[in-house]
Amino acid sequence: MNVHTQIRRNDQPIYLDYQATTPMDPRVLEAMMPYFTHQFGNPHSRSHSYGWEAEEGVEKARGQVAKLIGADEKEVIFTSGATESNNLAIRGVAEFYKDRKNHIVTTVTEHKCVLDTCRHLEQQGFEVTYLPVQKNGLIDLDALRAAITDKTVVVSVMAVNNEIGVIQPLAEIGKICREKKTFFHTDAAQAAGKIALDVEAMNIDLMSISGHKIYGPKGIGALYVRRKPRVRLVPLIVGGGQERGFRSGTLPTPLCVGLGEAAEIAMNEMEGEAKRLAKLQARMLKGLQDHLPEIFVNGDLEHRIPGNLNISFAYVEGESLMMGIKNLAVSSGSACTSASLEPSYVLRALGVEEEMAHTSLRIGLGRFTTEHEVDTAVEELVRHVKKLREMSPLWEMAQEGIDIKSIEWAAH
Amino acid sequence: MAYSEKLIDHYENPRNIGSLDKSSEDVGTGLVGAPACGDVMKLQIKVGADGLIEDAKFKTFGCGSAIASSSLVTEWVKGKTIDEAETIKNTDIAKHLALPPVKIHCSVLAEDAIKAAIADYRAKTAKKAE
Repeated sequence: MNVHTQIRRNDQPIYLDYQATTPMDPRVLEAMMPYFTHQFGNPHSRSHSYGWEAEEGVEKARGQVAKLIGADEKEVIFTSGATESNNLAIRGVAEFYKDRKNHIVTTVTEHKCVLDTCRHLEQQGFEVTYLPVQKNGLIDLDALRAAITDKTVVVSVMAVNNEIGVIQPLAEIGKICREKKTFFHTDAAQAAGKIALDVEAMNIDLMSISGHKIYGPKGIGALYVRRKPRVRLVPLIVGGGQERGFRSGTLPTPLCVGLGEAAEIAMNEMEGEAKRLAKLQARMLKGLQDHLPEIFVNGDLEHRIPGNLNISFAYVEGESLMMGIKNLAVSSGSACTSASLEPSYVLRALGVEEEMAHTSLRIGLGRFTTEHEVDTAVEELVRHVKKLREMSPLWEMAQEGIDIKSIEWAAH
Repeated sequence: MAYSEKLIDHYENPRNIGSLDKSSEDVGTGLVGAPACGDVMKLQIKVGADGLIEDAKFKTFGCGSAIASSSLVTEWVKGKTIDEAETIKNTDIAKHLALPPVKIHCSVLAEDAIKAAIADYRAKTAKKAE
């Protein structure tokens, strides 16, 4: 069964921000409901049926998550989300092995929670190598190989980028890490349930998963921690010793059940859904390219999840475009809304010029996106880009053949 | 971010979009900002024989607040002398549009744009007088 029912109210904008979060699948909510009411027991209670039933729900969910990534259920621990999983994986490993190893390799386009964790570890005396990415957003495997030393404790490379949707070569990275005898952690928040993942085939030792990116609830995530060969971690949260001691605290049964159900649905429907989204992605891109010159896709189009497009609409500032397309919920690649006025660090890392980075939008397609919504979005985007270009002094100069780079702009 | 009705009105129905002949002697052109910063404003004034600004046009690459700020100042300068137009302050623009703090720079840029247009006009007339 595949539900493509409209889940938004008619007065809500068309949701095209599936990399920010996803709506919960109604089937997920249904699976969770009993655990909010009658089956409210503490899954760690051993003395009565309330506890047993809750435990059963949690353990089934653990199995569902494990199956999605080809893991054993004993290797999956529940966390509050991918941010916690990333913190726990990198900090936990770094701190456990710090007597022998003090080096971490990651990339410049990681999510902030990975980069910030690495910064934190740098302050503690660890050394971190931030690998650059190529123009298409993918890392250079030779550069990775060269960066790993005998002091490298973990390599953390995200599976799918949250802004540009590009898929890193996980199997190749895993192979290199195994050869070099270092752990491989991947932040798979944007990848799980979207692309096939197999911790064995890809030699992944630690993997972070988020509930709300896969049509599950917010506030829940998982961390895969390999048992053979064993990966050890210093926990961030200590207490009752739940989750193999890696993460104390009573498990939120309904959220665990929701994540499990979301994982199972994603696995069962992944193939068909990927094909459907690829069609919508192509339709969106063609619709825009047919009507608008000078638009550019940021990041590799081939090695990319079908649910993402990141497009620079040259000569049109992204935030003003978003203000115009009121009927569409997208996000700006440029973080112009922040006081810093810095454009996206991910786009900058690809070598996208600052002026181009200011013109980009991230468009996320997902399970509930319809063809009609894509067509409406194209129409609205085309109309507003044209209107704003008519208003843009840069577009005017470009039409007059003036090279914008030849002008001495006063940075402000 | 919630924007004021006035700001949204200027964004959705911008006044005086367009260009004047920049080589004309009675036209002053100001081009301020930088593409890399995400804001560029071009503001032009046409000054009549009576010394009053009879027309003003703008084109802006930037966020909604930048577009609204430049649209607003084209309205304000019309009918003013260049000396009067020069007294327009960014704080007046920011207040009128109720710009949020992170968008104050848009009003600063709009003030710079008028000043630049006036300076260009003055330079042209001074050259003519020589």
